[in-house]
Amino acid sequence: MSPRRVVSPEEVFFRGVWRENPVLIQLLGLCPALAVTNTVANSLAMGLATFFVLVGSSTLVATFKRFIPREVRISAYILVIATFVTIADLVLNAVVPEIHRALGAFIALIVVNCMILGRQEAFASKQPVGRAILDAAGTGLGFIVALLMMGGLREVLGYGSFLGVPLFGPSFEPWIVMILPAGGFFALGFILLLFGWWAERKKEPVRPRRWPHGVTTEVFVGEGGAD
Amino acid sequence: MDVHRFELTASPHIKGPDSTPRIMWSVVATLVPVVGAAIYWFGPSAALVITTATVGCVVTERLFGPGGTLRDGSAAITGVLLGLTLPPGIPLWMAFVGGFIAIGLGKLVFGGLGQNVFNPALLGRALLQAAFPDDMTTWPAAVEHWWQLRGDNFALPLTSADPTVALTGATPLGQMKFEQIPTEAVDLFMGATSGSTGETAAVVILAGGIYLAVKKYLNWRIPISILLTVAVLSQVAHFVDPDRYPGALFMLFSGGLMLGAWYMATDMVTSPTTNHGCWIFGAGIGAMAVLIRLWGGLPEGVMYSILFMNALVPFINRATQPRVFGTGEEVVAS
Amino acid sequence: MSEERLPAVSTPVPSLALGPEERRAQEPLRVESSSVRLVGTLAVAGALAGLAIVLVFQWAEPRIEAWRAEVLAAAVTEVLAGADRYETVFLAPTGSSIADADTTDLDRVYVGYDRVGDRVGVAMVGVGAGFQDVIRVIFGYHPGSGEVIGMQVLESKETPGLGDKIEKDSTFVIQFDRVLAPLEGLKAGRETGAPTEVTMITGATISSRAIIDIINARLEEVRERVDELWMSGGGT
Repeated sequence: MSPRRVVSPEEVFFRGVWRENPVLIQLLGLCPALAVTNTVANSLAMGLATFFVLVGSSTLVATFKRFIPREVRISAYILVIATFVTIADLVLNAVVPEIHRALGAFIALIVVNCMILGRQEAFASKQPVGRAILDAAGTGLGFIVALLMMGGLREVLGYGSFLGVPLFGPSFEPWIVMILPAGGFFALGFILLLFGWWAERKKEPVRPRRWPHGVTTEVFVGEGGAD
Repeated sequence: MDVHRFELTASPHIKGPDSTPRIMWSVVATLVPVVGAAIYWFGPSAALVITTATVGCVVTERLFGPGGTLRDGSAAITGVLLGLTLPPGIPLWMAFVGGFIAIGLGKLVFGGLGQNVFNPALLGRALLQAAFPDDMTTWPAAVEHWWQLRGDNFALPLTSADPTVALTGATPLGQMKFEQIPTEAVDLFMGATSGSTGETAAVVILAGGIYLAVKKYLNWRIPISILLTVAVLSQVAHFVDPDRYPGALFMLFSGGLMLGAWYMATDMVTSPTTNHGCWIFGAGIGAMAVLIRLWGGLPEGVMYSILFMNALVPFINRATQPRVFGTGEEVVAS
Repeated sequence: MSEERLPAVSTPVPSLALGPEERRAQEPLRVESSSVRLVGTLAVAGALAGLAIVLVFQWAEPRIEAWRAEVLAAAVTEVLAGADRYETVFLAPTGSSIADADTTDLDRVYVGYDRVGDRVGVAMVGVGAGFQDVIRVIFGYHPGSGEVIGMQVLESKETPGLGDKIEKDSTFVIQFDRVLAPLEGLKAGRETGAPTEVTMITGATISSRAIIDIINARLEEVRERVDELWMSGGGT
C-alpha cells in the first residue's frame, strides 16, 4: 500500500533545505517569515532561534518517543517545544537585547510555528534519533535560507543596506512599504514568482492549440443522396 | 460523387467575432484619446511615464509569462492603465517597477490572465503608493511651456527624485479636503487640473467608456452603479454641510473616479460574473470611495475601494447565483 | 531500519484517507495507556522542562536586568542634560516620598544629579497611544522653572518614514529643551513664539501630538508631588 523506499541520510537533510523548503515550497511558518524579516539581522536571529528549537525538540522527541503515550503526544511535543522556545527567548534577551526587542512577541510565537510541530508529528516521532536530527537540521536550515532571502530583499530595498551597511549613496530612495509588515507579502510574492518561473523554465513549453481543435473528415455524398 | 470536407468539433458551434485579443485591443484603442489628453495636459512627462509603465508590464510578461501571451494585449492594457494613474512627475524607474509589480505580483504569481484576484494595474499602483508615498503624491503645477518636464522623470534608478525640479501643485480633491477650495466644473471636465497623467480629462474617459459599454465589452452596470452611489452619497453629505463636503458634480469628475469606474472596476477578471453582483460591486466601490474621500486621511480613495471590492468578488458571485429556470431552487456554486 | 515511509510532503499518506477504525487496524495493536501513565508522563516532562527553564533563567536574569538598567541610565542622562548619576524615587499617592520602596504600583521618577551633587531635574516615563501602537517616552522636567528639559522616545511603532520622525528627526527632538509645561503643539508655519510652543512635524502631526499629549498627561498626574518633592529637597 504505502510506498516505501530507501531515503539516504543526505536526502533527509537536503530536501528540507531546498526541494521541500518549509517556507518557499510548503508555505509553512509564514507568520514569522512575514513579520520579522524586515532586516537581515532580525531574519538571522529568528532563523537561528527556530533552528535551535526545531533541532532540540526533534532530538528530544525522537529520543523519548518510546515513553510518550500516543494519547498525549501532541501535549508532550508542545511541552518540549515551549521549553526550548522559552530558553531561546531568555538567551536572546540576555545576549542580543536589541534584536530581542525588535523581534518582540514573535520569539514566543515560535511555539505555534506549524513547521516545528509538523516535523515532530511527521518525522521525529517515527524515526531514529540520528535521522530526526538530520531532518530537523535540514528543515531548520531551509527556514534560515528562506528568511535570509526575504530579509535581504527587504533590507536592501527598504533601507538600502545589507546587515546595516549602506549599499547605495545618500540619494537612495527607500521603498518604505518593504519595512512595513505588508512588505513581507510583497517580498514573498517576488520570491515565489522567481521560484515559479524557475520551475516553469525547466518544463516543455505548452503550445496553446488553435481553435477549432476538431478533426477534418471527408464525407462522400453520392448522387441521389441518402434520402 | 462530390467530396465535402467537414470539420468535426465539439460545441459551441456558433461563435461571435469577439475573442480575448479583440476585446483587449479594442480597449487599447479607446485608451488612445485618453493618452492623447494626458499628453496634451502634461506634455512629454505623460508620454514618458505611460510608455515606461507599459514597457515594464510587457517586459515582465515576456520574461516571466508562459510565452505567447503578449499577443492578447492584456499586459499592454495593464501598462497603459497603470501609466494613466501615475503622477506625471514620477521618476521613470518607479513607473517601470510599478509595471513589473503589476504583471509579476498582480497577475503572473496568481497563475496568469484570468487567475488574478486584484486588478493588476491598481495593485502595481498600490505598491508604488506604499513604497514611495512622497513621489506618488507630488502633483505637478502649471508650467510655462508644454514641452517642459513635470518633475524629475530622469532620476537614476533607486535614487530619489530631486525635489527642486518639480513645481508642486495640488489636486482638486486635495485642495477641497485640506483647504476647502473648490475647482471650476469646466476644468474638471476637460482636465485642466493637476493629478495623475490620465485621470484629469473626465470627458474623454467617459466617451471611451460609453463606447465600450455599447459594444458590450464592459458591463455597464458596474460604472453606472459606482457613479450613482457616489452622486447620491456625496449630494446627501453636501446638503448636510455644503462648506465642508463638495457636491455630486465635483465628486464625479474629480480624481480617479471616472478612470476607475470605466476602466479599472470593469476588468473582466476581477469583477463579478452576475449582473446582480455587478450592482453590489459597484455600489460598494462608490460607497467606499465617498467614505475615504470625505472622512478618510487621504484625499482620494478610488484605488483602495476597487482593490477592496476585488477581494469580495468571489463572495459576491456566490451570493448572487441565479435560480435554475423552472426549479425555483438556488444553485449553490461550489 | 533500512526502509521508511516517504515524508508526508512528497506523497499523500494513504492511511489518512481511511477512517480511524481502519487506520487502527493497519497498525500493530496498541495497548491503551492508563490515565495514571498519561498524567505521570506529562508531569515528569513538565517538571524537567521547568527545571531547565529555571536554570537558564538564573543565568539570563542578571544580564537582562543589567541591560535594562543601562538603557534606562542612558535615557535619563540623555533627557537630563548634565546629569552624572540618578536616583529612583517613588512617589506615594499622598505626596510624601518613600525612597527605594519596592512596590510597582507607585509612580516612580528619577532625580538626576550633576558631578558636584546638585540636582539638575527629574526624569519620568510617560505612556500613551500613538498612531500605530503605544508610545513610551522618557522626559526631563525641572520643577524649579516648570520646564520640560529633554525628551527621548523609548518605544514606538510609528510608521517608518513618517511617524518615526518623532524619534529620528533631531529638529523635533531638540525642541524639548526648556519648554514651559504644559506644552502646546503647533503646526509648522503657525508658530507664535510662546514659551510653551513645540512645532510639530509636517506629515507626522498625529505622532507629534501624541508625544506632547503623553508628556502633558504624565506631568499633570505627578506635577504637584514632584514639585513638593523638589521643594522639600527630596532625593538628596
